[in-house]
Amino acid sequence: MRYAETGYNLEIDLSTGNIEKVETDPKWTELYLGGLGTNAKIMWDRVPPETEPFSPDNLLIFSSGLLGATPAVGANRTIVTAISPQTQFMAYSMMGGFFASEMKYAGYDKIIIRGKSPKLVYLWISDDKVEIRDASHLAGKGAVETQELIKQELKDMRIHVAAIGLAGENRVFFASIEQGRSSASRQGLGAVMGDKGLKAIAIRGKKDISIARPEEYIKLCDDVMQYIQFRQANPIPGVMPILSILGSPQEMLHVDEKWHTENFVWGNARVRRKGFWTEEIEKKWEETQLGARTRLISCYNCPLKCGATISIPGISRYMMKCFSKLTYTMAAFSDLDFGFRIAQRATEYGIDGFSGPQVMAFAVELKEAGILTDKDFEGCPSDNEGRFYWLLDRIVRREGIGEVLADGTYWAAKKIGQGAEEFAHNNIRKHEQAPLKLGMINPIYYLMYSTNEKSNITQIEGQFPQAPYPEREQREEFVKDWFQVPNDRIKEYFLKWEPRGEFSMPYYPGIQECCEIVDWMERMHYIDDAVGVCAGLSSFPLKPPYHIHNYPNFVTAGTGIEIDEAELVKISKRNRQLVRANNVRRGLRRADDTPPEDHWKKRLPEYEKQLLDAYFEFKGWDMDGVPTKESLQSLDLNYVVEDFEQRGIIKDGQD
Amino acid sequence: MAKTKKIIKTIKIDIEKCNGCRACEVICSAFHANPRYSSNNPERSRIRMIREPLNDIYLPVYAGEYAPAECMGRDIYVLDGREYEECAFCRAACPSRDLFHEPDSGLPLKCDMCEDDPPQEEPLCVKWCINDALIYEVREEEVEEEEDIDEVEIGLQSLVDKHGMQKLVETITRMSLKD
Repeated sequence: MRYAETGYNLEIDLSTGNIEKVETDPKWTELYLGGLGTNAKIMWDRVPPETEPFSPDNLLIFSSGLLGATPAVGANRTIVTAISPQTQFMAYSMMGGFFASEMKYAGYDKIIIRGKSPKLVYLWISDDKVEIRDASHLAGKGAVETQELIKQELKDMRIHVAAIGLAGENRVFFASIEQGRSSASRQGLGAVMGDKGLKAIAIRGKKDISIARPEEYIKLCDDVMQYIQFRQANPIPGVMPILSILGSPQEMLHVDEKWHTENFVWGNARVRRKGFWTEEIEKKWEETQLGARTRLISCYNCPLKCGATISIPGISRYMMKCFSKLTYTMAAFSDLDFGFRIAQRATEYGIDGFSGPQVMAFAVELKEAGILTDKDFEGCPSDNEGRFYWLLDRIVRREGIGEVLADGTYWAAKKIGQGAEEFAHNNIRKHEQAPLKLGMINPIYYLMYSTNEKSNITQIEGQFPQAPYPEREQREEFVKDWFQVPNDRIKEYFLKWEPRGEFSMPYYPGIQECCEIVDWMERMHYIDDAVGVCAGLSSFPLKPPYHIHNYPNFVTAGTGIEIDEAELVKISKRNRQLVRANNVRRGLRRADDTPPEDHWKKRLPEYEKQLLDAYFEFKGWDMDGVPTKESLQSLDLNYVVEDFEQRGIIKDGQD
Repeated sequence: MAKTKKIIKTIKIDIEKCNGCRACEVICSAFHANPRYSSNNPERSRIRMIREPLNDIYLPVYAGEYAPAECMGRDIYVLDGREYEECAFCRAACPSRDLFHEPDSGLPLKCDMCEDDPPQEEPLCVKWCINDALIYEVREEEVEEEEDIDEVEIGLQSLVDKHGMQKLVETITRMSLKD
């Protein structure tokens, strides 16, 4: 009997049409928990580093987390993994919504897709009944539209569908996979799905998920629910609105966007507009948001309302989450109404809300710089907003200049040449970043940007406040009920940290302190991504209900596998090294661990080197960013050592 | 029949406040698992969401009486621009839909307001709905006395309706002889 998990994966080969339900090894749960952990293990075992993103041998894994579909509040994440066409590294894009829980109720922890279908198909999974069905009638349909059409076709509104739009079908390198109010958007996994000829996966599950120690487990869940209520009623003072409460964040709830509009940058991640948020703008944007927002909505088994149903006259209704609210608006120097409108079309096409708008703004800049010409823009409307719609339509169809832009700014710039590379300035590992350009380097963020394996800052930050409070009394007040910290040292670092003077950025927190803070923040993400709990209730916000001290109890009571805090830390380290190892085997080295060149105006190259050296050592990597033999062995990853030695990545006798 | 005072327990449903998370289904099915909380499965839940996000339909319905036959209700109600089928508001475990039937046995499910010993403060779906779409209400009403039918009898009645009294009696007799 398996608890919390189902103990089965669904293996589907789209080349042969073979479908298998495969029992998984319970030992893997002890070693990697599930979710990202077991995804990384499967990728390591089955996807050799020579595998191209668009090879039939690239796997596309849809995974639930270990606690997914149990009563653990917010344990609803789907962790999608494949080799990314854009970064060429192992991607793990995630989505909330209702897909992972439905998959578990159908009896599967993961759906593993390999091969390529000769024609467009979709999967229909109803418990043990699994069908590969023709999807030719869905070709070119929107990602949202497709979900509805499949539900109607199968005559069941309780089905949950993950689907790609035109962008995925056309292998746009930043195509998303859309599902309900959520999407797995980063790193172009929609393109891998499209390459496999898979338009959608529809699931309906009617089975039980069992819990090893029911009374203990439900008590933990109740505590989380109560703490959520406490945190919602007690926002953290002195921080911007979205950081004061829980959520991923609850962007649809907030209308106050002073912080984002004035601190994030506009256009092709260029222009900071201080003083933008006037009373007039505030009034207009509030009107737009409240007018468009039909209802605030949530993911499975979570009371937080991070998403919303958006209804604008004349365009079909859709659901929005998080920051795509502003990315189109800011890329185009337009207003919120435009943002809501173009996001509808972009959601149907299925593209990433960070990369998409940035690629369009990049094209506009290249045109203004004379690198792209009138010929490239033939047929493009002359008005600003019209230009963005036109670019979006070209990109997802790979038509004209869209063919080049569909690969993202890095690859497009390479093809365009003539200095276009200078304009693809906001990437980490070829992947577009949140539009943010700042003054003095922040060592904590420097480490996170540089080393985050996913190349996405929101997937590593959280927990530790972004800035110090000016008064010691405020800091003392803050640490009073800060029980989420792994140890009291973290509290001391925060108490000492001041906006100015000896104990201020960039040299305080110091190197060792930064290593500890970043390592803790990253650890919580790795645990979330293995157990399938949303970062919005855990690793992302300040003072969350899930933390390093209650997680071991959740795993133990849920699965019956006895683990303590030390063991959970070890598992998270193992998963971290394994993800790193997958990428190191694909060529990732220290040179790739760098933030966008212009992220900070004032850089400290010498200090950055010291920071990175110290952090690499802290993580158990050599100075080139390769996990050391000693570290791998201590985490029971001897098979990685063997592989690294065979490939000459680490030399025998060297450590 | 004599008039008597009766405590009426209801759940007031405010569909404008529902965020569609289905926590009510999770906790209901966990509470009613045997042993308690040992598993969960929304399909066994005695409260279900009628949920069509793109039509802005978010309607939690909790299970009422078992109905042996489907009714004639096929009307459409338009409320605030949203179209609801008449069945959406119906709490019956009826043969026309899979709602409120045990997935394995097909036996009907009925909300018991989480009766427990010691008693719960409120039904758990209400407790877990922190957005207050579900509000527990208790009031006293004068009603005509009637006998409560217990869960076993409701289950057996549904089997009688499906297979006939004779078949059921024969089966139970045969089963009791086997023991």
